Amino acid sequence: MAIEDDVLVIGGGIAGSMAALSAAEHTDRVRLVTYKQSTLRSASGLIDVLGYTPDGTGPLADPFDALEDLPDSHPYQRVGTDAVRDALALFDEITGDAYAGDHTETNALVPTHGGTVKPTARYPAATAAGLASDDRDTLLVGFETLPDFDAPLAAAHLEAAGVPFDTRGVTLAFPGIERDDAKVTRYAHLLERNESITMGTTTTGAREALVSLVDAHLEDESRVGFPAILGDDHADEVRESLADALGVDVFEVPMGPPSLPGMRLEDLLYDALEDAGVRVTSGVPVVDYDSETVAASETATADEVAADGGSDRETPGDGERIDRVIVDRNGTEIPHRADQYVLATGGLVGKGVRSERAGSAENDATGVVFEPIFDCHVPHAEDRYDWFVDDAFGEQPFARFGLESDRELRPLAADGTLEFVNLRAAGAVLGGYDFAAEKSGAGVSLATGYVAGKRAGEEVGE
Amino acid sequence: MSDAEQPTDDHGPGTDSDDEFEPIQVFPEAEEMDLRPGADNCYKCSTCDTNCPVAEVDDEFPGPKFQGPEQWRLKRQEDQDIDDSVMKCSNCMRCDSACPSEVPLSQMHNTARAEYVEQNMSKFSREYWRNRMLANYRTLAPLGAMFPRTANFVTGLSVTSWLGEKVMGITSERDLPEFATETFREWWTKRGGAKIDNPDKRIAYFHGCYANYNTPEVAKALVRVYEHFGYEVMVPDQSCSGTPMFANGMLEDARRATETNVSELAAALEDGADIVASCSSCSMSIRQEYPELFDFEGTEDVASNTWDAVEYLRVHEDLEAALADASVDDERFEDFAYHAPCHARNQGLDGQTVELLALIDGVEAHDVGDSCSGISGTYGWKEENYETSMKIGEEMFEHMEHADAEQGLTECPTCSMQMGHGTGYEITHTLEVLAAALLESEPSQSPSSAD
Ligand SMILES: Cc1cc2nc3c(=O)[nH]c(=O)nc-3n(C[C@H](O)[C@H](O)[C@H](O)COP(=O)(O)OP(=O)(O)OC[C@H]3O[C@@H](n4cnc5c(N)ncnc54)[C@H](O)[C@@H]3O)c2cc1C
Ligand code: SF4
Ligand code: SF4
Repeated sequence: MAIEDDVLVIGGGIAGSMAALSAAEHTDRVRLVTYKQSTLRSASGLIDVLGYTPDGTGPLADPFDALEDLPDSHPYQRVGTDAVRDALALFDEITGDAYAGDHTETNALVPTHGGTVKPTARYPAATAAGLASDDRDTLLVGFETLPDFDAPLAAAHLEAAGVPFDTRGVTLAFPGIERDDAKVTRYAHLLERNESITMGTTTTGAREALVSLVDAHLEDESRVGFPAILGDDHADEVRESLADALGVDVFEVPMGPPSLPGMRLEDLLYDALEDAGVRVTSGVPVVDYDSETVAASETATADEVAADGGSDRETPGDGERIDRVIVDRNGTEIPHRADQYVLATGGLVGKGVRSERAGSAENDATGVVFEPIFDCHVPHAEDRYDWFVDDAFGEQPFARFGLESDRELRPLAADGTLEFVNLRAAGAVLGGYDFAAEKSGAGVSLATGYVAGKRAGEEVGE
Repeated sequence: MSDAEQPTDDHGPGTDSDDEFEPIQVFPEAEEMDLRPGADNCYKCSTCDTNCPVAEVDDEFPGPKFQGPEQWRLKRQEDQDIDDSVMKCSNCMRCDSACPSEVPLSQMHNTARAEYVEQNMSKFSREYWRNRMLANYRTLAPLGAMFPRTANFVTGLSVTSWLGEKVMGITSERDLPEFATETFREWWTKRGGAKIDNPDKRIAYFHGCYANYNTPEVAKALVRVYEHFGYEVMVPDQSCSGTPMFANGMLEDARRATETNVSELAAALEDGADIVASCSSCSMSIRQEYPELFDFEGTEDVASNTWDAVEYLRVHEDLEAALADASVDDERFEDFAYHAPCHARNQGLDGQTVELLALIDGVEAHDVGDSCSGISGTYGWKEENYETSMKIGEEMFEHMEHADAEQGLTECPTCSMQMGHGTGYEITHTLEVLAAALLESEPSQSPSSAD
């Protein structure tokens, strides 16, 4: 017998977690199966909805204004602007005090480790005191062993970008760190446990040692920004104790991968999954499926779909229904069955979409782009040289690779019919947008995860 | 004659003289395994590094990205020796399941470690023999089991642990595990083997060393639970699963153990059985490490037909319904602080126990989070790793103490030692809880009558 659930979500990044959480609002038995770790570990922890339009206009002050003008194939257009708002509302509920930005629909401007200013919709509370719209003078503190954040350079970039405050950067040696490739988790652990360290002849806690180093450089700035390494499970406590000791506000500057704010967001989402009773199976991939053909009468008819918010494509007469999927547990095949499925396996990075050379000796240029579990249709040019454009900053076709879907996020075959009647897709596995250029990664994943999970959960009840 | 009386692996220290030891050529073999595509897959995202429990607490450990793809590349460029830091890796395999890009980190570490031990570690060093002894627990345990009371007495003496630390480098901070007065295999033989014949439902039980010599109650619980569902239980001859040998770079010892296990288990498959294991590291080893490192005939077959004992029932029986009807009225089973072993996590089994125990009336398991227990088999027994091991375990100890429970639950014998060591709690195995629930709820039978 198979392991049975109502809704099975495949993939445990932002999109999959959100889908499972929203499905769990409608039905009891929700399972999330995820393989390797998601891009949350690399992502900045910021929740971008839309920073730039697809043609590069921006940074946008109000992302919601711009959503209306996106092309019809864009995932935001598929789900509609209201769904984006609802998804953010659920996110705010889940993250509580840990995230800020929900007081307004306009984008916040967050300084990043490179000294650029990034438009984003939600940001961790740890970053709140650092916003570029705040006019307090700022000291940025970098560390010799963390070259990704060059504080003096970042400060100079921020000033050049015209921020409304004075900013300075200093580079220090992090107390207690010797090796130049120490992991960010090592820094966080030192501070979180306040491990004792020896400097010269004295032994003190890591926090006290850091405070005394920074204090010596602090002039009249009223806030200090550190790279995002200030603790892990108890980051608030670490930040507050540094702020108290320094007598200023302390904030974190989001860093490139690997990223503690991303890991903390992952923890928040997984705690929420546990609270919502979602069963999580991780470390193993879904590799295959069994399906059956169902008669038209058993699938949603075009009318029903239209009444439900509208599909702009015909629902086909007969449809394929996924009966079960196969999970590969280190070589053993474990069947999992559910009524509804959500595919949230990520894009080319998450391996939800893959590409391969298909070329023969004569024609080496051909390639295929495919979705490996269900083999859902992924539109792409046959010639691999058409996947890229020469201009590195130009619009790269491959960045938009992914599934096409109807307005309920059900993947569509090449002929426009549904691939499966009980499968929905969410997050980076969807095509039609370039998250890196638009700054829309987490937002699209949240909104589409929310809608896919909600519809899957509702359909179980029907 | 049972395998306990006649160890199948007689190549351990004590029985093996130096000149019998055949050096292995690990590196050519590693090339055979073709790790290149794996190394090339690394896009340096460092996800593995942020999952490594050792790198988080130990400044001297360069982390899995270095141990795996970077070192591999270095080696190919300029015939360098394997860095000795590879011995600081605990083989928890968390990096392996973290990598989003399919880099076979644990396979790389296992081969690098074996090469290091082979080429850079003196065969006369204390460290080598200490590691070899720890890795070959399976060959020493029968001695302890033969005279359990004496062995327990001797290992409990402070002079023994002092000697252990000074002479062998085994930490004196830990109490050595106690030997059972009757091993599982002795019990099994005395009992007359299987109580049920059933050609249609047959399992071969891989009990591993620990359930045989130290916690036979776990193995007995497995037998009772499977017989409750009408299975014929086979207990084939077996050697150590190999886990401690991989972790110590003793690939040749592991090869011998694997050869025995694969041939015995393949024979059981022929007899129509599926293989189940109660220890999460044993199942991990058979399922993943065997096919990654060896290719004896039948290795793949054995790997793909080996199951975690609870998962097997879940897929083949309506375990959920049976548990939903079951109840336990026993304080010892009320509330548990549950730790999912890293090696269970790697098999996608991390949620299973909490999910299933929630169904049983009167039992609750509280998950204590996804941190590593820190002991990782033989790792935390070594004097030089003890402190690191306890630092890693700190988070788990704290969560255990905050959980609404006074006792612990897990499926890994060494995690269980660490949990007990850090909190003083009694630690139970999930199968014992299932046995209590299913057999107590069985109207006509009490658990003891199933003996
Ligand atoms: C370096 C980097 C920086 C980023 N920075 C930002 C940022 O600043 N702001 C922002 O808004 N967004 C950012 N993003 C984007 C965003 O975080 C996510 O990448 C995006 O939302 C996609 O999430 P996802 O859940 O769709 O997919 P993923 O995060 O890719 O997750 C997919 C999951 O599915 C699993 N999976 C794949 N195949 C299978 C299978 N067969 N069976 C089971 N599970 C499977 C994978 O192992 C993975 O865990 C960044 C991304 C990256 C890579
Ligand atoms: S997680 Fe994988 S891809 Fe990322 S750095 Fe480690 S080995 Fe390389
Ligand atoms: S196996 Fe564990 S200890 Fe070893 S490198 Fe990987 S994560 Fe670190």
